[in-house]
Amino acid sequence: MSDHDHHNDDNPGVSRRRVLECMTWAGTGVLWTISGGVPRSLGLVGSAQAAEPAGLTFLQISDSHVGFDKPANPNALGTLEEAINKIKSMPIKPSFMIHTGDVTHLSKAAEFDNAERIISQAKLDVHYVPGEHDFLDEDVKFYRERYGSGAKGAGWYSFDANGVHFIGLVNVVDLKAAGLGNLGAEQLEWLEQDLKGRSKSTPIVVFAHIPLWTVYPEWGWGTEDGARALDYLKGFGSVTVLNGHIHQVMQKVEGNVTFHTARSTAFPQPVPGTAPSPGPMKVADDKLRGLLGVASINFKQGEQRLAIIDTPLQG
Amino acid sequence: MTFATLRRLGIRIAVAALLTSQMPAAHCAETTITIDNFTFTPAQLTVKVGDTVTWKNHDDIPHTVVSAGKFRSKTMDTDDSYSFTFTAAGEYKYFCSLHPHMTGMVKVE
Repeated sequence: MSDHDHHNDDNPGVSRRRVLECMTWAGTGVLWTISGGVPRSLGLVGSAQAAEPAGLTFLQISDSHVGFDKPANPNALGTLEEAINKIKSMPIKPSFMIHTGDVTHLSKAAEFDNAERIISQAKLDVHYVPGEHDFLDEDVKFYRERYGSGAKGAGWYSFDANGVHFIGLVNVVDLKAAGLGNLGAEQLEWLEQDLKGRSKSTPIVVFAHIPLWTVYPEWGWGTEDGARALDYLKGFGSVTVLNGHIHQVMQKVEGNVTFHTARSTAFPQPVPGTAPSPGPMKVADDKLRGLLGVASINFKQGEQRLAIIDTPLQG
Repeated sequence: MTFATLRRLGIRIAVAALLTSQMPAAHCAETTITIDNFTFTPAQLTVKVGDTVTWKNHDDIPHTVVSAGKFRSKTMDTDDSYSFTFTAAGEYKYFCSLHPHMTGMVKVE
């Protein structure tokens, strides 16, 4: 993987066709790794987990939508608990967890309480970013009270772990009519400062709720000013962008940047363009757990790409 | 239907007629805009000053309706609704603040 030549990364010669070629509509339970910009499947989750990874391993969970009880999944709290149980039984204990938003469905205090009660059973530090479903209470205070300490603005922040710089961004506030996700000028300015003077060899992981790349604008799946954030990340040898919101695994590689979206622990959403709209997708009961899950991300020192394993709750 | 029921109904109609006759504007129609599949239907609606428009969410996902500086609903969960009475003419563009690709317009004449 280290044969990836990031000196070429400044070359904007990644054509649209090339990007589309690199876009992977990932299946379930497959370890994806990237070599020379091309995603490559290494095998099924079972065998991938058997090989003990070195370096930093952390988990991503997303879109737990605690409180959701509609036909697509009448018990979203139950499937969150299944995901946490899966995490507890992982052979290698991850360093920490990130949650890429929509912790709750309607931002009710009881929903946040229930989410905390279940997620804390993993006994891992959790770094949160909010989804649009986490800011629905009248005073927009429940999320901030729980997870906002030490964060700037609507909840953005950065931290370091094992030589990797992590940046949690908020792109779900102050959305404009007919627009997409939004970072806003203040956050972008903070991001620019946060990255200034940092060694270009520092691996960067950016996480936010709505995809920072344009997945499907017709359904609002993208971030209006995401490209500006990515501009600041140009020149860094290894950038990994982790998002949620779309409740399905999607991966793309563009130059030095790997984009990845995680499954929800609550309910699936349709593949773009295959339904009249996004939203909770009802599938046969025995199919649901194959479409929900968590992601495990491993970073080995000296490698350009982080290995991402998506594990469904079942199947 | 019993006589008592008919009588109550009759009184209600009489009261309603009385109230209507005392209203200054002739128009006080109520119109519903439905939200299905992340779409406002109808997307464009023309009403008269004094009319009330009610948005009703049929999706399994919450939505809002926001018209900058004019009106802003609370979050509407499934089957929740929000009503707004238009007291001034104009074009009211609005959107869902959670899913901003959802847009609509109410024209008030």
